[in-house]
Amino acid sequence: MDISTVSGPQARTLPVSRSPRGAQQGKKTTGLSGFSRQRIRTAWLFLLPMILGLACVAGWPLLRTFYLGFTDSSLSNLDGANFIGFENYLVYDQGEWYGILADSLWWRAVGNTVYITLLSVSLETVLGVLVALILHAKFPGRGLVRAAILIPWAIPTVVSAKMWGWMLHDQYGVINDLLMSLHLISSPVAWTVNPDTVLGTIVAVDVWKTTPFMALLTLAALQMLPKDCYEAARVDGIHPIKVFFKVTLPLIKPALVVAVVFRMLDALRIFDLIYILTSNSEDTMSISIYARQQLIDFQQVGYGSAASTLVFLLVFGLTLGYIFATRLKFDGSGDH
Amino acid sequence: MKALKRRTGQVLFALAVLALLIYTIFPFYIAIVTSLQGGEGSFYLPQDFDFGNYVSVFREQPFFLNILNSALVSFGTVAISLLIAVTASYALARVHFRGRTTLLLTVLGVSMFPQVAVLSGMFELVRLLGLYNNLGSLVLSYTVFSLPFSVWILTTFMRGIPKDLEEAAIVDGATPWQIITRIFMPVLWPALVTTGLLAFIGAWNEFMFAITFILSNEQRTVPVAISMISGGSQYEMPWGPIMAASVIVTVPLILLVLVFQRKIVEGLTAGAVKG
Amino acid sequence: MTKTLQAFLTASLLGAGLTSMAGQAATLNVPCTTGTGFKQCEALAQAWAESSGNSINIVTVPFSSTDKLALYQQILSSKSADLDVFDVDVVWPGILGAHFADLSPYTQGVEKEHFQAIIANNRYKGKLVAMPAYTDAPVLYYRKDLLEKYGEPVPTTWQGMSDSAKRIQEQERAAGNDKMWGYVFQGKAYEGLTCNVLEWIDSFGGGTLVEFDGEISVNNPKSAAALDLAASWVGSITPQGVLNYDEEGARRVFQSGNAVFMRNWPYAWALANGDESVIKSKVGIVPLPMGPNGQHSATLGGWQYAVSKYSENVEAAADYVMYVTSAKAQKQNALLNGYLPTIVSLYEDEEVLAANPFFAYMRATLEESVARPSTVTGEKYNQVSNEFWNAAHRVLSGKSSGAESVAELEHKLKRIRGRRW
Repeated sequence: MDISTVSGPQARTLPVSRSPRGAQQGKKTTGLSGFSRQRIRTAWLFLLPMILGLACVAGWPLLRTFYLGFTDSSLSNLDGANFIGFENYLVYDQGEWYGILADSLWWRAVGNTVYITLLSVSLETVLGVLVALILHAKFPGRGLVRAAILIPWAIPTVVSAKMWGWMLHDQYGVINDLLMSLHLISSPVAWTVNPDTVLGTIVAVDVWKTTPFMALLTLAALQMLPKDCYEAARVDGIHPIKVFFKVTLPLIKPALVVAVVFRMLDALRIFDLIYILTSNSEDTMSISIYARQQLIDFQQVGYGSAASTLVFLLVFGLTLGYIFATRLKFDGSGDH
Repeated sequence: MKALKRRTGQVLFALAVLALLIYTIFPFYIAIVTSLQGGEGSFYLPQDFDFGNYVSVFREQPFFLNILNSALVSFGTVAISLLIAVTASYALARVHFRGRTTLLLTVLGVSMFPQVAVLSGMFELVRLLGLYNNLGSLVLSYTVFSLPFSVWILTTFMRGIPKDLEEAAIVDGATPWQIITRIFMPVLWPALVTTGLLAFIGAWNEFMFAITFILSNEQRTVPVAISMISGGSQYEMPWGPIMAASVIVTVPLILLVLVFQRKIVEGLTAGAVKG
Repeated sequence: MTKTLQAFLTASLLGAGLTSMAGQAATLNVPCTTGTGFKQCEALAQAWAESSGNSINIVTVPFSSTDKLALYQQILSSKSADLDVFDVDVVWPGILGAHFADLSPYTQGVEKEHFQAIIANNRYKGKLVAMPAYTDAPVLYYRKDLLEKYGEPVPTTWQGMSDSAKRIQEQERAAGNDKMWGYVFQGKAYEGLTCNVLEWIDSFGGGTLVEFDGEISVNNPKSAAALDLAASWVGSITPQGVLNYDEEGARRVFQSGNAVFMRNWPYAWALANGDESVIKSKVGIVPLPMGPNGQHSATLGGWQYAVSKYSENVEAAADYVMYVTSAKAQKQNALLNGYLPTIVSLYEDEEVLAANPFFAYMRATLEESVARPSTVTGEKYNQVSNEFWNAAHRVLSGKSSGAESVAELEHKLKRIRGRRW
């Protein structure tokens, strides 16, 4: 990028012309320089639309959910709801524990969700990077291939889950048919029912669906990498695999970590895939399905909101843990 | 010897590409085959090329209008959320101020509740703003729920841009807005296109808000329209028309990727980063 | 159709403008579900509008009842008047009843002409909150040709069905048809499984899960025996995949000629006898088999119409509901769509019987039908049903015995009930 394009006729002089280093040093010194203050003011101005939007539109539903979790609100008595403290979460009454935390099904859902998330996110990260590396290479027709790999992500989950359900059908599914004709299995497997295969099946379909997401983000990171590192490495005759682990991976790591964070957020809240693909029994219960069941199917608005709040806390805890474990820097200054 | 090694490398690479293609496209292929069949036939090869399912999708409901609505909502969402996200992530990535980390984490919190939990609150809000049964309600909710993702991704990528570019511009007296539009945007093309594409697909495919906030056929979006495709009876699943509709709505997305492919490449050559 | 709908919408908007000047007529927002019934629903609504001088605005609603219930809950809980009329599943009056208007002032006694089991089901805290539009009850489908081929009788008991199925399946497989199964039903963990299990248990004399007085009756040896018999089918005469079959899943297996018996709703009849069907004219239907004591049982299905109490035009909406559930409307629906009427006298109507010969004995099935305990458990019905199908699913997948499962179920239901339903 040629900087001279910027300092064209429109370029204005800054009110306070100081060394831009001041921006970085300003934080450490006690008194902020005028320039930094100006910059920070601009920053807040830039942040304002986002903050306002999030606070007004998302803030209310979230706070409402949080509040309802402490009430006994239900569909038929939305006005007459009482504040009941933590009773939706845990309460001891007449010799028995009640509440979400005393519900074995909730803990089962937590187990399933964490299992699916771990397996699915790690698989799709590895696969996604591999796919991105393939797409990053120059070969004829790669534009088409790039478009093609996006297909799984582009088909609405409602549809793709049904499609997979159809392909995995125990009697008519094309998957069983293929595996039988390859003599890999001797009798048809009920993939979406059998407790031994059902979680694996969910993970497989989820990986199929979300690998493009990882691949696309990784590809964007690869494309923004400075080219000279590679050239230097190539000149030095270093093995490509070594280049990948020593040069490429560290450079795309921030983008990769963020991509994984968002995949985690989605995987931990996995809902429609399981809901449509499987029989929806306790074997495949996820925490989001648990919350939805209480909120919509059982009309227990209070209890369901409490469950949603727990989902939030769990997701928040795990994501935060991950972010700190990977030492994702929030105040990285842009130096490689 | 070296030529042979290169040759095997190429063959292996081609095989990898092929495997990748089969893996991603196979289910879509099944969808196309199913959509071209009248009855409930076998699925490996299309036995007949019957476009009846495609015709029926358009005949039974205002599907053109639904596609138009979806396109309107998705483009609106992408435009607004990118605009907000680009400015916000510039502030988050390039300016030091207290509370940055907290702000980023708070933004992330929006994507941590189960979607269904925010539905009732959003419903009330939409009615309060008078946006019920109006596409604006969808643009508003999709924008807000795609912001955390866009902001985080763009912040990460912006942080990766070398400092010297910006510093030189500041010395030359460029305003922050000029820095964003003249320096960062060209370099950020791949990230912008990717983020925009993902936000677009998210808006294009969303179902739960779409079915709750919109009540009339003429305002509905594509996923809801697909869910309205019905079989001959209460329980029957009309696979043919559903698959036809899915193929119809996936094709624009593929075209979109193909169009923006070139943008990614152009953006790269125009703004090649020198680290 | 789009054009007519648009033209119609414009007309109704214009109509609304004109009539509001007159200050008399109302504009109602009424739902019509997509699918075969849509045209009929639309035509009825227009006919009502013309005859009453009001105008209507048709809202297309999805046919998936889960989607529909979620949508209706949002609308009702925000007390919105966006829909004046609701179409409700037979198990919803207990769930949504608090938001519906009492229809008894508007019925002029016609509710006495309907099946009383359905009317009882549609009462919420003493109020009549919904009028039935049509009903549904499952039947046993069987392969006439296979039964004849192997000299098996048409089964009348579950045990008999089970034995026949086993024999035919074995012989068919020995003859090289290795995809043949004996019996398919709905075993996915969803509302459909509740219907199936209720029929087994009720026909075995094990009660109806929760009785009318609120007593939880499921923990008894008869329920356990019924569940154990069903569990013995899975893997032997029923594919394991049945644990993820809904109505269509079962029908696909049966309709491709790979099952001897199937439990399903009457909708499958027309499809099984369709021109493309490989089992065309090879299918018979009979009432579901009896338990050991000679009791039949069939779960009641069907749809009703209700009026939102937040509507600004409750009176007009109630008039609409009475119109679309009238004998005339039900007869039309029976003739055009094969829907089962809820008005008893229509089962003696010659035109109706000529169009749907099997209605003749459906009446007996309907009179022996069992309602799911949705009225007594009210708001908690879905929770109860959910526990019920999960308990049954555990038995069917071999994770627990019938006796263990019903004991555990009783405990869970008591927890859900708390002090009262």
